[in-house]
Amino acid sequence: MSENSRFLNQSQLFSRDENHRLKILKAISTYDDQVDRMKSDQFIDWQQARLAAAKIKKYVLNNLPSLLEEFEEKISSRGTKVLWARNKEEAQKYFIDIATQHQAKKVVKSKSMTTEEIEFNELCQNNGIEVVESDLGELIVQLANEKPYHIVTPAMHKSKSEIGKLFQTRLGAPSTDDAELLTMIAREHLRQIYISSDIGVTGANFIVAHDGALVMTENEGNGRLTMSCPPVHVAFVGIEKVIPRLMDLSLFLPLLATSGTGQQITGYNSIIRGPRQRGEIDGPEEMYVILVDNGRSELYNKDHFRPILSCIRCGACLNACPVYRTIGGHTYHTPYQGPIGSVITPQFRGMEEWSHLSFASSLCASCTSVCPVNINIHELLLENRWEAHQKKKTDFTWNLGLKMWAWIMSDRFRLNIVSKLGRHIYRLFMPILSQSKRKRIPDLPSKSFKDMWNNYEQ
Amino acid sequence: MAKILNHLGYKIDYNNQQTCCGQPAFNAGHRDEARKVASRFVDIFNSADVIVGPSGSCTAMIKNYYPILFSNHKLENEASKLRYKVFEFSEFLAQQDQIKNISGKYSGKVGFHNSCHSYRELGIHQIPLDILQKVKGIELLQPSGEPVCCGFGGLFSFKFDEIAATMAKTRIGMFTSLNVETIVTNDPGCLMHMRQEAIDRQIDVKILHLTEFLVQAIKL
Repeated sequence: MSENSRFLNQSQLFSRDENHRLKILKAISTYDDQVDRMKSDQFIDWQQARLAAAKIKKYVLNNLPSLLEEFEEKISSRGTKVLWARNKEEAQKYFIDIATQHQAKKVVKSKSMTTEEIEFNELCQNNGIEVVESDLGELIVQLANEKPYHIVTPAMHKSKSEIGKLFQTRLGAPSTDDAELLTMIAREHLRQIYISSDIGVTGANFIVAHDGALVMTENEGNGRLTMSCPPVHVAFVGIEKVIPRLMDLSLFLPLLATSGTGQQITGYNSIIRGPRQRGEIDGPEEMYVILVDNGRSELYNKDHFRPILSCIRCGACLNACPVYRTIGGHTYHTPYQGPIGSVITPQFRGMEEWSHLSFASSLCASCTSVCPVNINIHELLLENRWEAHQKKKTDFTWNLGLKMWAWIMSDRFRLNIVSKLGRHIYRLFMPILSQSKRKRIPDLPSKSFKDMWNNYEQ
Repeated sequence: MAKILNHLGYKIDYNNQQTCCGQPAFNAGHRDEARKVASRFVDIFNSADVIVGPSGSCTAMIKNYYPILFSNHKLENEASKLRYKVFEFSEFLAQQDQIKNISGKYSGKVGFHNSCHSYRELGIHQIPLDILQKVKGIELLQPSGEPVCCGFGGLFSFKFDEIAATMAKTRIGMFTSLNVETIVTNDPGCLMHMRQEAIDRQIDVKILHLTEFLVQAIKL
């Protein structure tokens, strides 16, 4: 089945699923309240904070190559090996080389969207390496053989009782739907894994150029254990994650926590400058940073799209999106769901198969208005649509329809005839235009404004 | 809209050759078709002193997207000038300081659905509510938080009609859960979409355009 048909089927299914929608709404609205409160409690002026962050990110993008080289130089000086992966295949190959060199059989991994992007778990499976997710949400979806539902809260769609049942069947835990007990079950399960794993794999929320540091934010402490317990730490990092100075974290850490989860700051914030140094008693013996491009440079070279590389993956645009709230995360079938995903997926994976995501938006601009780094997300959806059309990746009937529309709209006489026949024309064309079985026919007024105007006296 | 503007003392020209601003094609990525239709709009409206539209969406197209559509085009200058004289209806009333001259009566619980393009593209937040407050006899009830999309989105509601319909249901529900009897909106797109949803699902709520509502309230 093509991605487009798959999306349509799924979206129709979820649009009709009231229970699913209420569950998601409940989960997101808890965040909504906290996010609003934190924006006003923590920031004197949220709008100015967004603009300041956007300005730093703009500086980063204008100086990306040199900042990345500076990062490499600084972090290498303390023993970290930096590897540059042009695409998914290279990133995968680097990892397999590292795993082979260290004879790794078992890997523990914290939450990282970049690893989702390069299909890290599948890679491990195919190479006989066991991989365990250490983030609670990610562990839940892994045990359920699912993909993350949301870039920040991967198990948003699972209720406590569903998680309880999952832990019971997959981990042999006693039956419970108490959140605290469930967390304890996961913790007990994971403590063994941290100690017995050969490699700890993480992502990074930021990398700091001037100081050669990796920054990780999280709420469970699992990320810190993942990178510090096993003898080898490998971090996969998108090349756009760089910020210039450590000081910039004073803005970006609260900005990310506020936007993503309505927190002042996340519970655990780690700044990592390298593997275990001489005289230190803990930390990994070896550390690798794999800088992943995977389509980012191409976006970088398109002027219109460059701002999308400012994204800090906070998930605010997903939460704000009425389409996401209606169809849910899995419908997108991509690591990055919601508005941000609908901009970057067609760019990363090709218009051929993915342009439908850019069209599946009402362009309400909620995404743009909540974006903490002020990205014009909805306008970039429009740019995608234009690109799809230029590359002739849009639907044949739609192309024809819009050509006819332009022909009609270029002459008032033609429009007059069409509006007289409005209702019948709708009946004729709806079955072609509509992609579902519902075929809604809007209730059109019997008279056009022009007709009314002709009988109107000022 | 014509009736209200006349009532407030404005003379209106309607060019019966006008058609569309070009937004449907622009939003579908068909920029050549959009430019063809929009060029016609620019020609026809060039000479107007002020252009008032009953839709935040069309207004936003002209204000925010004509500069993109006509960038490096021979009509670039003319098209860009339009943005300074085009107003969404409620915005025009506020700009002309006419809200104080609105009065009228309407009984019932009323909610206002601000269109996304009026709210987020044009930044019209409080004006329509101020206008509604001038009408006596209404109880104005607003869902909390930012305005949420009704699901219209032009061609989106054709292409993804099930998603769009569910979004309309969700949006209408935000009002009916407050016992709102009349939803007033400032965009014909939202109006058509939500009205259809209310009919399809037999939801007992009246949905009116702000201008229709004012005509009834002022009894024009």
